[in-house]
Amino acid sequence: MTRLAELRAIVGNDHARTAVAGDTLDGVRPRFVATPGSVGEVSELLRLAGSSRWSVAPAGSGTKRGWGNPPTSLDLVLNTRRLDRMIEHSEGDLVVSAEAGMTLDSLQTHLEGAGQMLALDPEDTDSTLGGLIAANASGPRRFRYGTVRDLLIGITIVLADGTVAKSGGKVVKNVAGYDLGKLFTGSLGTLGVIVGATFRLHPRPATSRLVKTDVGDAEAVGAALRRILRSSLVPSAINLLADKDTIGQIGILFEGIEPGAEAQAKTAAGLLQGDRDPSVFRGEAAMERWRDLAESSPEDAPVTLKVTCLPAELPDVLKRVNEAAKRCRMTTRVRGQIGNGVLLVGLSVDETSQVVEMVTDLRNFAHEGSVVVLEAPVEVKRRIDTWGSVGDALPLMRKVKEQFDPAGVLNPGRFVGRI
Amino acid sequence: MKRSETHERGETSLSRAELIERMVAILGAGGVVSERAQLRTYECDGLASHRVIPSLVLLPENVEQIEAVVRLCHQERIPFVARGSGTGLSGGALPVEDGMLIVTARMNRIVEVDIPNQRVVVEPGVTNLSVTTEVAPEGYYYAPDPSSQLVCSIGGNVAENSGGAHCLKYGFTTNHVTGLEVVLPDGGRVHLGGKTADPPGYDLMGAFVGSEGTLGIATLVTLRILRQPETVQTMLAAFSSPDEAGGAVSGIIAAGIIPAAVEMMDTLAIQAAEATVKAGYPLGAGAILIVELDGPAAEVEHQFREVEGICRSNGASELRIALDADERTRIWKGRKAAFAAMGRISPAYYVQDGVIPRTALPVVLRKISALATDHGLRVANVFHAGDGNLHPLVLYDDAAKGEAERAETVATEILRICIAQGGSITGEHGVGTDKKDDMPKMFTVDDLDTMQRLRCAFDPNGVCNPGKIFPTPRLCGEVPGPHRPHPLQTAGLAEIF
Repeated sequence: MTRLAELRAIVGNDHARTAVAGDTLDGVRPRFVATPGSVGEVSELLRLAGSSRWSVAPAGSGTKRGWGNPPTSLDLVLNTRRLDRMIEHSEGDLVVSAEAGMTLDSLQTHLEGAGQMLALDPEDTDSTLGGLIAANASGPRRFRYGTVRDLLIGITIVLADGTVAKSGGKVVKNVAGYDLGKLFTGSLGTLGVIVGATFRLHPRPATSRLVKTDVGDAEAVGAALRRILRSSLVPSAINLLADKDTIGQIGILFEGIEPGAEAQAKTAAGLLQGDRDPSVFRGEAAMERWRDLAESSPEDAPVTLKVTCLPAELPDVLKRVNEAAKRCRMTTRVRGQIGNGVLLVGLSVDETSQVVEMVTDLRNFAHEGSVVVLEAPVEVKRRIDTWGSVGDALPLMRKVKEQFDPAGVLNPGRFVGRI
Repeated sequence: MKRSETHERGETSLSRAELIERMVAILGAGGVVSERAQLRTYECDGLASHRVIPSLVLLPENVEQIEAVVRLCHQERIPFVARGSGTGLSGGALPVEDGMLIVTARMNRIVEVDIPNQRVVVEPGVTNLSVTTEVAPEGYYYAPDPSSQLVCSIGGNVAENSGGAHCLKYGFTTNHVTGLEVVLPDGGRVHLGGKTADPPGYDLMGAFVGSEGTLGIATLVTLRILRQPETVQTMLAAFSSPDEAGGAVSGIIAAGIIPAAVEMMDTLAIQAAEATVKAGYPLGAGAILIVELDGPAAEVEHQFREVEGICRSNGASELRIALDADERTRIWKGRKAAFAAMGRISPAYYVQDGVIPRTALPVVLRKISALATDHGLRVANVFHAGDGNLHPLVLYDDAAKGEAERAETVATEILRICIAQGGSITGEHGVGTDKKDDMPKMFTVDDLDTMQRLRCAFDPNGVCNPGKIFPTPRLCGEVPGPHRPHPLQTAGLAEIF
């Protein structure tokens, strides 16, 4: 039997094919693409890959396929998109279980009917649930609801040797056994293929308010953030949008019931009163402006960096980003979930040496956080580790990888320390 | 042959006297407990039914001492167990015979308070409540609040992923730890997570929290502190039955309200609490709910009225609203004293900790009640109703022949009911020694084996809190590459599972 025939014997003729140029991942072209329709098929595919000494890249919608270092080898793309069934939505328990290939969009549409939501708002809503977990994707509302690690309560995975295992469960409060959901969150498909997930849900907020203000410079951003953090307000998100220099806008989103959101917005507007008057937007208008502020993608930016810092370090980090950009002869567009100390920095150029210089410059700046290259041309990624240093835990991370994927089948080379 | 007996741990070449000498050299004479009478103080944690006297109890004062102790244990293959305040309820800190018990109580410094970034860095022996006490003057608090918060340690909270009454809204320890310094089972020191968001790499910190002391010893813990809410409002609602109270809980959740806490107590629990602390609970009630809302004043006021309405429409006969902090404390006093109060109505009791989906509450309570009747015992129910975390207290008389066994049977059967409903065998007390044999009821062999791959990465020799969580330890000898049978397996000394 040919290799392709072997794959087709597992997933059916329509669901395995020879790879084409479009399947190329960071310059590495796989040989095959298979789209299994069941957990059993995922397991069989991985066993076949193991015995064939293939490298496997798990994939979902492909929204994060640019993340990570280039793979050192790649034979099979294992796409989970057909694993898209809802397993159980227990409304009264605010819990949902679904297969990992379901997209966030379709999950949210289903939950909306019950007035509920999965409180994750990453940029790409057509990401699969498995992809969200593997990439640890999050959005501005993390300020209130947390990230994948805070909402994922159960996970089903298939290991490189085909073993199907689960951890957690379908109740929110549960301390039985190790929390493998956390281990797999952000593991970029290097420990196993995520095939199912259970999340805790939240009620959909009845209304929203957006308090928006212009800020003149990095110090003003810091001052505004300090005042909000020091208050007893409970925003859903605190975002910054800054173009070219740090003159930008801060938006604070409040969600909940009418009287609560209104009162909080008023208090926030008062706290931000300065040279420029903050504006308050309500309901649909608030959401429209919010999308402009928080979800406008830096499409003109060919390179995106994720810079994290402590909230108190924010002014210094913003200044540093500006100075480094000047030195490296480029401009930046910064979107930040500043309440969490997370900045997404879009760079205006993709010339390898300039980008490398910029990243190195930012990494050399002694601050508490990290500088991760999210999207960049493969030439850049060949020059620098996209993840940066992970400190003294790297040897332990390697041991974890060796235990879960001893033969190095899954996404070799793409994770931290080229794991 | 049992797998544990084939393991090489415990086969140190050092005599006990030599070991004491080595430990004294590291810790000083005051840091080593070796007298049998003193060792007995440490023979159990909060689960007194399991007792083991350790070889030595060690009282390190800093991370360097822990490293040195653990390195020595590693070299000599001596098993060790870390212990904080010993309040755990599942025997997670139960010593190992011939092993070291490393008590972190002396490492009790608050190392850093960083208000602008809402972080506090503490040593593991710091008590839970003292974190809040430290930051309260600045208007902050540490959210996880296990009932034992006055004495339990942060290191223990990290090991057990402790919850508390307020985790319905705020989550558990794992949602409030951002960084750890850990001494690994080979004596090496690593830093997991940090102060900032999304550190790249595997979330080993997330995997460590709740690992019940089996992956290493946390020596520094970075905690997230929260701003105190603008308003807190608490009410006590009395119902004629747990069913009615359960209906109210469902109604609250269906209304899109997430209270800070929703606690339920049934008649027996109410009576016991009243007899002890006189919290003013209505004695005739079939069940009471304590509902607490917190957050922005305008929101809380509105939702509180809504909760009142939901309670009334579900048959609440009495509603008491705490008008000030004193009244709130009084309402909580009965709930927090509930376990200890059982002594007033029963010579002995067995505390169970199980979780069910919230919506299964009425059916599960009826099943528990029937189970108790069948076995001629009484069960008092105290639980975190909002998240379906049950704490049935099986009352028995240890002087009456066979009652203790029957109580244990009832407690075990309750777990079976929880699992059948899609729940969990533990919501916050941990698996420890107590429930490791229940793990296969909830997880497959492959599930448990996969979890233990993590264990093998951290502790390949199985010396760190051995014998906890997992009914059967996994051999960690497998080398990278295609699967090869372990030598012990080939020799017929160990079965594959």
